[in-house]
Amino acid sequence: MTITAHAPAAPAKKSLFDTLEIDTRLLGMIGAFVFLCLAFDFATDGRFLTPRNIFNLTIQTVSVAIMATGMVFVIVTRHIDLSVGSLLATCSAIMAVTQTSILPDMLDLGIGHPLIAPITIVVGLIAGTLIGAFQGFLVGYMLIPAFIVTLGGLLVWRNVAWYITNGQTIGPLDETFQLLGGINGTLGASASWVVGLIAVAATLWALFAARRRNIAHDFPVKPLWAEVAMGALFTAAILGFVATLNAYEIPAARLRRMFAARGEVLPEGFTAGYGIPISVLLLIIVAIAMTVIARKMRLGRYIFATGGNPDAAELSGINTRMLTVKVFALMGFLCALSAVVASARLTNHANDIGTLDELRVIAAAVIGGTALSGGIGTIYGAILGALIMQSLQSGMAMVGVDAPFQNIVVGAVLVAAVLIDILYRRRMGVRT
Amino acid sequence: MTGSSPATPLVELRDISIAFGGVKAVDHVTVDLYPGEVVGLLGHNGAGKSTLIKCLSGAYQKDAGQIFVNGEEVEINNPRDARRHNIETIYQTLALADNLDASANLFLGRELTTPFGFVDDSRMEAETRRIMGRLNPNFQKFASPVSALSGGQRQSVAIARAVYFNAKILIMDEPTAALGPQETQMVAELIDELKRQGLGIFLIDHDIHQVKVLCDRAAVMKNGKLVGVVKVDEVTEDDLLGMIILGKKPDQLAA
Repeated sequence: MTITAHAPAAPAKKSLFDTLEIDTRLLGMIGAFVFLCLAFDFATDGRFLTPRNIFNLTIQTVSVAIMATGMVFVIVTRHIDLSVGSLLATCSAIMAVTQTSILPDMLDLGIGHPLIAPITIVVGLIAGTLIGAFQGFLVGYMLIPAFIVTLGGLLVWRNVAWYITNGQTIGPLDETFQLLGGINGTLGASASWVVGLIAVAATLWALFAARRRNIAHDFPVKPLWAEVAMGALFTAAILGFVATLNAYEIPAARLRRMFAARGEVLPEGFTAGYGIPISVLLLIIVAIAMTVIARKMRLGRYIFATGGNPDAAELSGINTRMLTVKVFALMGFLCALSAVVASARLTNHANDIGTLDELRVIAAAVIGGTALSGGIGTIYGAILGALIMQSLQSGMAMVGVDAPFQNIVVGAVLVAAVLIDILYRRRMGVRT
Repeated sequence: MTGSSPATPLVELRDISIAFGGVKAVDHVTVDLYPGEVVGLLGHNGAGKSTLIKCLSGAYQKDAGQIFVNGEEVEINNPRDARRHNIETIYQTLALADNLDASANLFLGRELTTPFGFVDDSRMEAETRRIMGRLNPNFQKFASPVSALSGGQRQSVAIARAVYFNAKILIMDEPTAALGPQETQMVAELIDELKRQGLGIFLIDHDIHQVKVLCDRAAVMKNGKLVGVVKVDEVTEDDLLGMIILGKKPDQLAA
């Protein structure tokens, strides 16, 4: 092949970011996030960027971030889902009743039986998926606008949850179930390092495999130093994250209780870090799975094609109606997963769980660069968007901003983020 | 047609009708197409040519009539069915997903996959580079979304998509409407080459001159009805124009 021979005179100089092939939009978001963190850290005299606060930030972000990844697909296909917060509540209510009453009493498993948590989670996930698929059916086959279906769903599922529980708070939830909530279930320092090293190995292998594939097909590759720099950057980020979570130490009183529960005595000078929370690991798995779907599977290809041009997708033989059902079913599944994390973190199911989450989730996806006109959006962007929203919220709370101002700022930031995005895309022209 | 040719037609649309809310867009129309033949479809806007052809490409479903491919009756209910019978369509709108790159569009709905079932982007890009090297050697923007391409480049992506999958029957809906003279010439050469390979082509066009040059026969429609099918060598451009406007076959053929 003589591709290079045909190439128009290459621009003399490529910028550093072009060479590294980093998305400048992502870079802007990371920049904004870092600025936000540093500003809050300064304003709180260094209390914002402590291992403890970073740990809390990550576990508070998980629930919204999981749903935001699904919302990316929904918005990319030019739909919207306003019911996610209510759907989360219904799934949470179903799971709360399942694990505290149906399984232990009616099926006689007894409180604390090891099978309660897995059965409960499966029941919840099935419920969420079915409800999502039903809403997708109404949108895809009955052709009711998603806005209307899910606006109705917002009311319906919020109150189905209320009806299921009679409005009562149900708790405490199953002990094993609570492991998925965050602070009650962490990997510990050594297991966290193992996970971190596996992640590093997988990342480096992915970079290497991509390069080898490009060379095999004679495609242009970036210079070797750029690949090495990217690899180093990812490695540092992953290991830094693990080190930070490990640095948050379990309080001595809690350690003493943990040892006492095993009939041992806390040794003098013994310390242990929390490490990666299981819920965060769950989010990472969801993020990877959703990214693989988006980039490497037909489902994702069809989702983006449908968002870019629904008619073209239809004429290319894609069953766009079924696709809508699948996208909403996936959204429902992720709502149920978020319901597990959210209720486990609170250790109980309360009537107001997930209230206003639909707005947080949509905001996270949109701040993360998902275009409401469809066809454009990334999973990592949505997660970063969720992280920015959560940092803003808890940072302002730490600084002591009055509650009304907190919401005013969050709302203004959402609008400003979209404005910046529009201006950015306009400057880039059609090149998105 | 009274079956003057001994060979089986590649496609026969027999007695096709389709109505939209009482308006008969296509009214008992019969057209056929032989291998290595280009049949032009002529008519005013709203004459029903695109609607007729969309029954064949699976975008619409006919209300009545039969479709035969190689002499066998087939059911075409959606674009997937049409593709299964090696019927490919180049739509006037091109039907490209603007946010995806050329190779994603070329393979849309028919992605190449790895043994694990993942889409094989590298192999698809390599194949795209190969076919584009044949169709449009100047094409270089493999990594950009097709929204960043010029009209001619977009057209060549749409054509590549139709040609790549061993089409037997090709439907082209005004393939040169958005093109400059040079690119129009490129499409004309391509049609000639595909004809030699034995494909049958339905060509919808407004340009009578072009139909005279590119097509073997022309089917003229007016108000959803078939005015007539003529060999283009036996009629003048004025005859064709008369058929389009007046809806009457020229006198010397109207026997």
